Amino acid sequence: MDRDFTARSNHDMGGMMAGAINKDNHNYVLWEKRVDAMMMLLSNDLGILTVDQLRKGIESLPPDAYDKMTYYERWMASIANSLLESGVLTTEELGVKMKEIELKSANSEENSR
Amino acid sequence: MIGGGKNDHDHDHDHLHQYDPGHQHPVQEDHDDTMTYYRVMEEAVRDLLIEKNFINAEQIRDQIEKMDARVPANGAKVVARAWTDKAYKKRLVSDPKSAINELGHDIGPMNLIVLENTESIHNVVVCTLCSCYPRWILGLPPDWYKSREYRSRVVREPRAVLEEFGTMINDSREVRVHDSTADMRYLVLPLQPNGTENYTEAQLVNMIGRDALIGVVEVAAPSR
Amino acid sequence: MRRFDEGSMVKVKSYFPPSPPAHCRTPFYIRGCVGKIERVCGVFDNPEELAFGRVGVDKKTLYRVRFFQRDVWSDYKGSRSDKIDIELYDFWLEKIEGDQK
Repeated sequence: MDRDFTARSNHDMGGMMAGAINKDNHNYVLWEKRVDAMMMLLSNDLGILTVDQLRKGIESLPPDAYDKMTYYERWMASIANSLLESGVLTTEELGVKMKEIELKSANSEENSR
Repeated sequence: MIGGGKNDHDHDHDHLHQYDPGHQHPVQEDHDDTMTYYRVMEEAVRDLLIEKNFINAEQIRDQIEKMDARVPANGAKVVARAWTDKAYKKRLVSDPKSAINELGHDIGPMNLIVLENTESIHNVVVCTLCSCYPRWILGLPPDWYKSREYRSRVVREPRAVLEEFGTMINDSREVRVHDSTADMRYLVLPLQPNGTENYTEAQLVNMIGRDALIGVVEVAAPSR
Repeated sequence: MRRFDEGSMVKVKSYFPPSPPAHCRTPFYIRGCVGKIERVCGVFDNPEELAFGRVGVDKKTLYRVRFFQRDVWSDYKGSRSDKIDIELYDFWLEKIEGDQK
């Protein structure tokens, strides 16, 4: 392998082969809008995160994850990673909170049966 | 069937209610009731940010409302005005922010370039690297704009992509692609279709869809 | 610092940053291509630094550069006049002499 090369990133897809364009559109659901809103607040209002950090975080996702995740799932992963990196959140508190919410959601599903 | 579905607890899954009891339930039905991994993460991060006083629920609601108010019709109005008022069209192309402001819409911090289609040039916009889009005027982009297929192919075979959207551009006309790679955002000013020269602005607005403002279609002439 | 004006002929560099975790806004497909400055967009924060959360510390000139599609893709099938305009930062461009064909 020639060592003097520049690698192409997975997100940098201009000119790559690809199939037919699916023109179906989904209406943005509320949780997706909340991710978008959260990002606007964190960047424009609070200056905690730049849009470029968001992009960098998305670009850093493993190629398989990037391709399989939905658009706002990628945003969410990137935002969480940046907040962890900057120390706004710790891994422990995020993990604990996610567990709480998972359990609460499972319980409410149980109750509705 | 037990339970009857959502009627008993249709507010359960909108957890904003926990923090803001006065909130009006959104009109659009919330289909996101499956707590997938990233949906859980969204709620967790939001809860933590609220607990730590970085944000509050009202701010999130406010952002969403602002976002919902940005719709392609904003762009259509601007184009319809440009078609009926030549002096306005000149102002729109040379200073988009001011011209759009004249119509009561503030594009905020967006650096907008208006791409005027002509008899010799057809413009089409993409962001190959992510999904940059003139959100401050048109709102959120359609899924296809953000897709691998569009982002990969439109820079390399724009005419084939346009054909997939039903758009045939004569070989004598240039197809010009704009890759939104940095700080600029783009709005295509489509050609006014033949036969509409005497139409009112209100009539014209209804003819101009979002896809024409991105450049994958032209505005169709009225069918008789 | 602005090194080019509208009409300058430029060539896109092929260097760093090559891949994540660093960030850049020069697409892979345009590296090494020759184009003409279509306009000077202005001075903006360098996205490669913004990506690390460093705001307002590094300003760079942004241009829109125009390329003939036939110069970008060896198998381009459209019209000879078809073009592609891309926003590129100053430090990704090098000056070249001569007229565009």
